[in-house]
Amino acid sequence: MPLALKTFATLNDADAALKAAGARYLGGGTLVVRAANEGDVSLTTFVRSTDPALFSISVEGGRATIGASVTMSTIARHPDLAAIAPAARAVGGPAIRNMATVGGNLFAPAPYGDFAVALLALDAEVLEGDQATPIDAFLKARDAAAGRIVSAVRFDVPEPKKFRFVKVARVKPKGVSVLSIAVLLDEASDGTIRAARIALGCMANRPMRAAAAEQALVGRQRTAEGIAPALAVAGEGTAPITDAIASAWYRAEVLPVHLGRLLLS
Amino acid sequence: MGVAREEKRMAKVPIQFVLNGDEKAEFVESGSTLLKVLREKLGDTSPKGGCHQGTCGTCSVLVDGELRLSCLTLAETCEGASVTTTAGLAEGGVLHPLQRAFQEGFATQCGFCTPGMIMAAKALLDRVPNPTREEVVDAISGNICRCTGYEPIIRAILSAARSNSHHAA
Ligand SMILES: Cc1cc2nc3c(=O)[nH]c(=O)nc-3n(C[C@H](O)[C@H](O)[C@H](O)COP(=O)(O)OP(=O)(O)OC[C@H]3O[C@@H](n4cnc5c(N)ncnc54)[C@H](O)[C@@H]3O)c2cc1C
Ligand code: FES
Ligand code: FES
Repeated sequence: MPLALKTFATLNDADAALKAAGARYLGGGTLVVRAANEGDVSLTTFVRSTDPALFSISVEGGRATIGASVTMSTIARHPDLAAIAPAARAVGGPAIRNMATVGGNLFAPAPYGDFAVALLALDAEVLEGDQATPIDAFLKARDAAAGRIVSAVRFDVPEPKKFRFVKVARVKPKGVSVLSIAVLLDEASDGTIRAARIALGCMANRPMRAAAAEQALVGRQRTAEGIAPALAVAGEGTAPITDAIASAWYRAEVLPVHLGRLLLS
Repeated sequence: MGVAREEKRMAKVPIQFVLNGDEKAEFVESGSTLLKVLREKLGDTSPKGGCHQGTCGTCSVLVDGELRLSCLTLAETCEGASVTTTAGLAEGGVLHPLQRAFQEGFATQCGFCTPGMIMAAKALLDRVPNPTREEVVDAISGNICRCTGYEPIIRAILSAARSNSHHAA
């Protein structure tokens, strides 16, 4: 099946072209060109846009807007985004990071999507043109959303001490995730946890919240004893994937261990 | 008939970029990967096709100085860019310091991973002329070698950096 690439100067024109059967949006191409190389015949046309808004990063008053075509390596070295650099650096090896985009990561099925896990903990908004959707809702509906182009993501850049991220992998330094965890904590001056957002990767086919653990942390201290109830319910609602890296059973077993280490680190 | 002919004509698109310092202009099938265009159209077989999935790294090239996997890059997205491959590193028959270090340090056995390893190493040394061992390991973490056990490759890259003769080509 011959493929074709169609390039549009504006997002609107690219959006319109995506309506055609067999058309798929091309971000960095690390998943979608791979699918074509593997013989995915449902794909006939790549659509991309060179709209400058897709490539821009702005950080104003602590709120970041990152264009969907911005790559992981660009985020990793951006001076105002140091707090989330670890999540960008967790994606693939150097060549993949130079290609992998924020937009593509939002659509990457588990075991991929490490950066989207961080965005979920940060309560990011996903922008599709002038429409902004909370990332929770966006991720739940992302398959149905096929056709609309994500233009950017927007979130408050966290204070480094409030945000924690870990990617657990067997092959160092760039193996595929066993799981990834991102946590945003709001702690009172005496250390009592006021609120927590915990996002998990590989614990379902897309990034998900550990809602029960989030609630169990409220009012507790970040000590082994304080977090124990949260760890006990960390797996609630999860449906981990099984792949060549780990079984669902293994992922479920090690989740509380890694969440505990991350919270106490 | 008319439509079919038009589609056939539209399947080829013009593309221009600089390959190892030389300007190239070609008609390629739309949607072709850079790897395919380099090897089959332009005769530069230094980037290898290993997995075509982004996992082995042997197709690595530099696009405007950035390490990319040519198997997952569409050639048309490189319009106007400067592409560097291992074939462009030697100057006037004199091997690039990285090539020499690989040869002298037995960092090449079957050689299939070598062009990707060398481009990944070049991307690192262009940015970080005196890398730590950890930085070298990270730089080649997207490249698979089934022969050497990696140690000779890491040593060769460190020795090319130390030889201090490295310069951005
Ligand atoms: C060897 C290898 C290792 C990898 N390692 C990791 C890893 O460690 N962690 C990780 O998270 N991922 C990893 N990935 C997966 C992938 O590289 C990343 O998830 C990446 O961020 C995907 O982005 P992309 O721009 O390349 O997506 P593409 O391949 O361009 O697109 C992926 C999907 O998203 C859609 N899409 C892309 N951008 C948009 C947009 N703006 N609007 C609407 N739809 C869009 C596409 O149509 C397509 O369906 C790896 C991939 C490979 C090949
Ligand atoms: S051929 Fe491109 S990564 Fe293997
Ligand atoms: S030398 Fe054979 S794969 Fe590396």
